[in-house]
Formats: sequence, C-alpha cells, structure tokens
Amino acid sequence: MAVTVLIPTPLRPYVGGRDAVQVEAKSVAELLDRLSGEHTGLRKHLFADDGRLRSFVNVYVNDRDIRQLSAQETPVRSGDTVSIIPSIAGGTAVQVGAQQPVASLPKLSHEEILRYSRHLILPDVGVEGQRKLKAARVLLVGAGGLGSPAALYLAAAGVGTLGMVDFDVVDKTNLQRQIIHGTSTVGKAKLESATERIRDLNPNVRVEGFETRLTAENALDIIRDFDIVADGTDNFPTRYLVNDACVLLGKPNVYGSIFRFEGQASVFYAKEGPCYRCLYAEPPPPGLVPSCAEGGVLGVLPGIIGSIQAMETIKLIVGAGEPLIGRLLLFDALKLQFRELKLAKDPDCPVCGARPSVTELIDYEAFCGIGAEPSYDGAEITAAELKAEWERNPELLVIDVREAHEYEIAHIDGAVLIPLGELPDRLGELDGHREVVTHCHHGARSLKALEILKAAGFSKVRSLRGGIDGWAVNVDPSLPRY
Amino acid sequence: MTLVFEPRHVNAIRQHGEADYPAEACGLIGGAVEDGRKVAVLLVPLVNQRTDAARNRYLIDPESFRRAQEKLDRDGLEVIGVYHSHPDHPAAPSAFDREHAWPWLSYVIVGVARGRAADMKSWTLSDDRAAFDEESITLEEHKAVWQ
Repeated sequence: MAVTVLIPTPLRPYVGGRDAVQVEAKSVAELLDRLSGEHTGLRKHLFADDGRLRSFVNVYVNDRDIRQLSAQETPVRSGDTVSIIPSIAGGTAVQVGAQQPVASLPKLSHEEILRYSRHLILPDVGVEGQRKLKAARVLLVGAGGLGSPAALYLAAAGVGTLGMVDFDVVDKTNLQRQIIHGTSTVGKAKLESATERIRDLNPNVRVEGFETRLTAENALDIIRDFDIVADGTDNFPTRYLVNDACVLLGKPNVYGSIFRFEGQASVFYAKEGPCYRCLYAEPPPPGLVPSCAEGGVLGVLPGIIGSIQAMETIKLIVGAGEPLIGRLLLFDALKLQFRELKLAKDPDCPVCGARPSVTELIDYEAFCGIGAEPSYDGAEITAAELKAEWERNPELLVIDVREAHEYEIAHIDGAVLIPLGELPDRLGELDGHREVVTHCHHGARSLKALEILKAAGFSKVRSLRGGIDGWAVNVDPSLPRY
Repeated sequence: MTLVFEPRHVNAIRQHGEADYPAEACGLIGGAVEDGRKVAVLLVPLVNQRTDAARNRYLIDPESFRRAQEKLDRDGLEVIGVYHSHPDHPAAPSAFDREHAWPWLSYVIVGVARGRAADMKSWTLSDDRAAFDEESITLEEHKAVWQ
C-alpha cells in the first residue's frame, strides 16, 4: 500500500483532474519529489526556483502540519494521508511617486545593463525595477554620517536623480564616519565633495544640490520634486520639519537616527502607516539628547543605519518585499542586536491624524524649544582673555566640566576636572569666593555649569567661549583638537 | 475559463471590501465546474490574518482554508477562487499577488477607493507563473437551488 496524497483543487489539473493520488515514499521530501517527478507540471507550483518548498504550500501528514513534525524529513508510512493545503496571500504593493507605465520608464544603455547586471538577474528587481530606479528621484537631507552611505549605495544602485541638502563644509572630524568625503576634500563644501565622489562612482546619476539649510520656507519647494526623502539629519527641528513636509506632500520619509552605539530606522509614510509624530509627538527638551559632536558616535554605526535607509528606499522604488512601514527597527551595536517595535498610526496625530492641527509648516526651532535660551552677555570669556587674566590672577579657578575620557584626550594645565553631571554634588569642594571660569569642549556644557554655579550662589563665574577647542586654536596650539 | 457569479456574490464582495476598508478583505469562493465554466455558489468570507499590514496584505492560513474546504466538500462544492480587496488601489494583481498565487484558482479583486467599492476583476495565474491573465466574469441568476 502506498501513501495517499490529497490534491487541492488548484493543483488537480496537473494530476489528471484527480483529487487524490497514491505515492510510494518514506519521507515527505521523497514523496513531494516523486509526486512532482511523475506530474512535472506540479513542480513549479510547489517549489521555488531555488528548490525550496514555496512559502504558501503547506503539507499535513494525517492532519498535522509537518512544520510541527520534522518538516520535510517527516517520515510517512503506507496508509498515511498527506494533504497539500494552500495558504493564500496577496495584496497591493506600496507605491511611491507618480506610477509610470512601464513603457514610459527610461531605457537602460548597454553600459547600464552591464553595470547593473547583478540587479537585473534578481527577479525582484529585473529590468523593470532597474528602470524604475533610473526614473526615481530621491532627496537626501544631510550629506553626513547617514547621508554618506545612503548616497553611495543609492548612486551605485542606479537611482537616476539624487537630491542633496547640505550647507556644511567637510571637516577632518567628519572622516571617521562620513565615508563619502575624503582627506583630499577637507575644507570643501560637502555637496561639492559628495558630488565628486558620486560622479566617479556612477556617472549616470544626476546630482541636484541644495546648498542651504532646510527651512520651513524652502522645504516644500525642495521636497515637492522628489519621490522619496531619506532623512539623515542630526537635529530635532529639521527632523520634525522633514516629517511634516513629507506628510503634507504625501511623500515617504525613510528615517534613520543614531546615538553613540545605538540606531533606529523606520519608513514614515502617512498614506500607509504612522509618521514620525505618531511615534514622538513632542521633541525632547533641548540639550537632553546630545549630538554626535557632543555625545560621540562609533563610525560604523551610521554606516549600518544609513545602509538600511538606502535598502528601504530601493525597496520602495522597485516595490519589493515588506517595507519598514509601521515598524521601528532598533539596533544595538554593542550587543549586536536588532529589535523591532510595531508602530501604530496615532488617530489624533497633529499632522497625519483625522483632524490635523498642523496643516502648514511651523517654526520648528521654537517647537523644539531652541532660540529661547537665556542671554549670556558678559558671562563668557575668550581664550585670549582667560590666558591674560589667569596670568594676572593665579587664584582664578578653571573648572573643566567635560568627561574624564575627554580630559585624557587633551586638557588645559591647571584646570580642575569636575564632569557636568557630578557638579551639583561636588559644589562643597569649591571656594565660593574665588573667581571661576568653566570650560568644556566647545562651550555649551560650560554654560550649563555656569547656571548651576550661579544658582548655588557663586557670583563671579564665567564660561570659556569655544571651550578647549578655542583654547587650542588661540592660546596653546600644542594641544590636539578633537 | 469564465467565472460565473450571481449578482448577490458581486454585492457581497463589494460590501465586504467596504466594511473592512482601509484593511484588505478576503475570502474564498466555493462552487463547481460546469460546462467548462467555474460557477460560484457561495462565498466564505474570512478574517484577514495579516494584522500587521492589513492595509496592503491579506493572508488566508492553511487551517482556515482547510475548514472552508471541508465545509464546501459537504455541499459537494470546491474552492474555485479567492477574492480580496485592494484599498485605494486598482483591481489589478500586484507582483506580490502573482508570487503567492496558486494556479487555476480565480483571483477576484475589488478596488476600494476611499471606502467605496469600485472596479472588480478576476484573474488567473498563467501556467508558467509569469503573469496573471484577466478572465471574464459572467453574471447569471441561478435557477437551480443548491442545498
């Protein structure tokens, strides 16, 4: 006696219209192999091109799913009944940009066919997907840590037009992570540096540069002409600005952010799922989340997150796979762990909810609490002034409020190290009658220290403008800058 | 092969698509092959199991398929097709639909634009799995009464 295989209706035409066939076999794998050997039309419906059982083909042995048994190694015996049960899946592709009929997509040159051959042989991309990439217009906000790998991979992948918004100049401290720039372009505009590199990588890509800060005044006009925005900004006002502009214009926003050893990525596309404000309705208080310059970042991290942004952008363009819409990917580099949170659309979201209160771009600096800082007139001292005063008055107390590991990189001789976080608890160590100058790396933390000291009753406190960096430039060039 | 619907089937699929909007609605079509035509007899509306991405994906798991098939079997019917809605998209199969499609079955898609059912079309997978071919939907009132 053999094993009875029950055939579902869609497959019956391939077994002569029968609803059951008999097969001799010892395991499910052997059974499926024999079955599709005898009825050759079955094979392509049961197995994918790589030889694996298709995901929507389910096999049951005597009413039990083989996934709960030993999968395809599950043994079968004479008299067993094996059922092939369909699961049925489908749905629409997430579509972005103006959907062009295939015929009107730009054609590929012979050079492009050769260049993209590894894409063309992927069934999910193919010639049609590559032509979609060529037709696509992607805007990168920021040509820094995240923008560098994103721009390189998108250019290499053959995205036809890359827009880039950046007004910064390449600095040596950028090179540790901003791999689109190089030692030879230090001092040049980032846009110019990135354009040179992209031109070398793939001359087919058109770069449209916007050498400006993205603002509420220009954002809609700049973003309007692109299909997808990849947000590589490092500050909250711009992040909310990019989000709101994308929601108002109906564009997907491929988001990434990094901090020290951790990163996040998602695709915010209000037509299909939540937006950034559904996740973070309000920005954190200013100063709570340090920038890369203040908090540091491991250089590889933006490489990973920026590459994920490039991958998601390409998937959206070619319509492949499952986009990161409605999901927040969290990456922890130290544990080397990816986690995923489901994100729901907030029905009361102020910008993408049912009754939005934000219907045009707002003042994002004010929204993020920036610009309302107290004035520090007279509370700051320059490096040159400090040097002169210190020479006249050796009693002057200079407090370094940076972290110990920063102190190790470089420090001002004679300064006392009290990290900002420890300062409130260590006020007792200080003589309230002495004149005090606080300093940090660039002059931001030392202003916070100044406020703490003033609140504690210290009357003669000033902060070193430009921090130890200003000192290294103007007073002591023997100090390394970082 | 032509797919034969009664008007009530068409109405029921449209209503299901509207009721579940903006999620995708899905269900199975039970019927029989008569004179070389697939004749629909009853619909088995199912719950879309893709709660994570119900807006643009649907899934009928094997257990649901099996239960529906057993139910139809008792009535002497078989699964002749699947219906699903495309919220805010036309009634044309996506590449995802094609990659996951079974041969022979009719794939009926109803486009639902802003909550209102729009066009409805039926498709079958080509034998080489490379394309979906549109098949005609014929509307007929059945005289025979199925028990």
